[in-house]
Amino acid sequence: MIAHTIFFYFFSIIAIFSAIMVVASKNTVYSVFYLILDFISISCLFIMIGAEFLGMIMLIVYVGAVAVLFLFVVMMLNVSGTKDNQFKRKISYSHISFGALISLIIFLELIIVVGGWKYKPNIVEISSIRIDKDFTNTHAIGNVIYTDYIHLFQLAGLILLVSMIGAIVLTYRKREGIKKQSYFKQISREKKDAVALVEVESNKGINLDD
Amino acid sequence: MSYLYILFNEVYKILFLLIPILVSVAMIVWLERRVWGFVQKRRGPNVVGPFGLLQTLADALKYIFKEIIIPASANKIIFILAPIVTMSLALIAWAVIPFSEELILSNINVGILYIFAVSSLGVYGIIMGGWASNSKYPFLSSIRSAAQMVSYEVSIGIIIINVLLCVGSLNLKDIVLAQQKVWFIVPLFPMFVIFFISVLAETNRPPFDLPEAESELVAGYQTEYSGMMYAMFWLGEYANILLMCALGSILFLGGWLSPIELYPFTLLPSLFWMIAKILLLFFLFALTKAIVPRYRYDQLMRLGWKVFLPFSLIWVILTASYLYYFGMLPNSI
Repeated sequence: MIAHTIFFYFFSIIAIFSAIMVVASKNTVYSVFYLILDFISISCLFIMIGAEFLGMIMLIVYVGAVAVLFLFVVMMLNVSGTKDNQFKRKISYSHISFGALISLIIFLELIIVVGGWKYKPNIVEISSIRIDKDFTNTHAIGNVIYTDYIHLFQLAGLILLVSMIGAIVLTYRKREGIKKQSYFKQISREKKDAVALVEVESNKGINLDD
Repeated sequence: MSYLYILFNEVYKILFLLIPILVSVAMIVWLERRVWGFVQKRRGPNVVGPFGLLQTLADALKYIFKEIIIPASANKIIFILAPIVTMSLALIAWAVIPFSEELILSNINVGILYIFAVSSLGVYGIIMGGWASNSKYPFLSSIRSAAQMVSYEVSIGIIIINVLLCVGSLNLKDIVLAQQKVWFIVPLFPMFVIFFISVLAETNRPPFDLPEAESELVAGYQTEYSGMMYAMFWLGEYANILLMCALGSILFLGGWLSPIELYPFTLLPSLFWMIAKILLLFFLFALTKAIVPRYRYDQLMRLGWKVFLPFSLIWVILTASYLYYFGMLPNSI
């Protein structure tokens, strides 16, 4: 139990420290690395409360894919290290009130959630979700998501699909005069379309351009 | 006192796993170089020790005694961290690989997800090394590998889903035990082929070794590395390749199970079968490197997203409908 507590504080201190450093560090690439550290320590916390499936999915999705793309973009921005300046704007205080408002809202929401947990200690027992202790939590999540909440789950998938299509539509542009390979054309090319024997008259030459 | 006992017991087990892996990495590099040699009608390394077996050890000694050079404009911390990340990620994944029914360091519920997560973290070693070098070729290489590894992870993930549909568990031991009747290579053969090719791309092996394409990028992300740090990259890379071979043999070739449960085969220990399968897959890896020319970058991306991803998705639907229709779904609740 002592070891459990020590590990809990170890991971949560790392998580909070790296979350602060994401915002505080001057170098944007360092920020992304701290973000990755944050994700990893959060997934360790997930594993500690027995939600090993969520922890691993957190690692795979956020660290393995999302953070790689963040890093991909950020590295492009400051190749030489001098372009960092575009992130250092003039000091202004106009955003502070807005930020404080949002953090206040988030804080209140957290209080509501934690408070609700406190007044309903048996929330797991009285919920309509059937949680069987014999199954691994992968089974338990699958049982809930694919039965009771299948419509919401599919709706989430549809939202992702829409955003994916939206990203493609926003960035895709058809440009003229670009040389592209068509595998079908390349394979279906035959000798008679490609090679021609031309009788060239002497002293006249031949125009090959057309 | 009992804590100390548990600690020493675990450390002993970990060393017992890691030291054979590091030694076998050295041996396997020798094997690979011999295979290329024979494909190209050369002898390969055959001077140091019997059959040249000690060649890799000699190389390692050479690396240890070379100077470690850190470029002046490099980002020192990340530059040093990159090979450490590569090597430790390649080694920690071995914790969940079952070598036989008992020989497994940690039998966790989500073993396959753990391996998948660790292998998807492997890209950070390359990105960090390439970015921290602060030089053109390593940087290009790290950008390439970021895009490449993320793309091929998607198809590997979907192939793993195919296998999981037939097993009904994320535990690696259960995956092997589910293949007692028939190895998954038989019903899922196209998935095995795609898995093999995707793993080549995931571990940056030829024909997909674009991050270190020596004809374009000098040595890719390793360009600025020297001495022991280069050797660590290289050890991590080969440990990762071995890991992927082990994963392939667990998912498709029945892990430690012997091919037929008959008298002469059952005499051999299950560890032997596991190692034999890993070596067989590694032999295929080495052959591929020797005989296939390098892909172009856009063709690589096209293969990953437009060919493998739709094909494996369709195969997921096929497998799921087959299992559902014939009532063969495992663990139906």
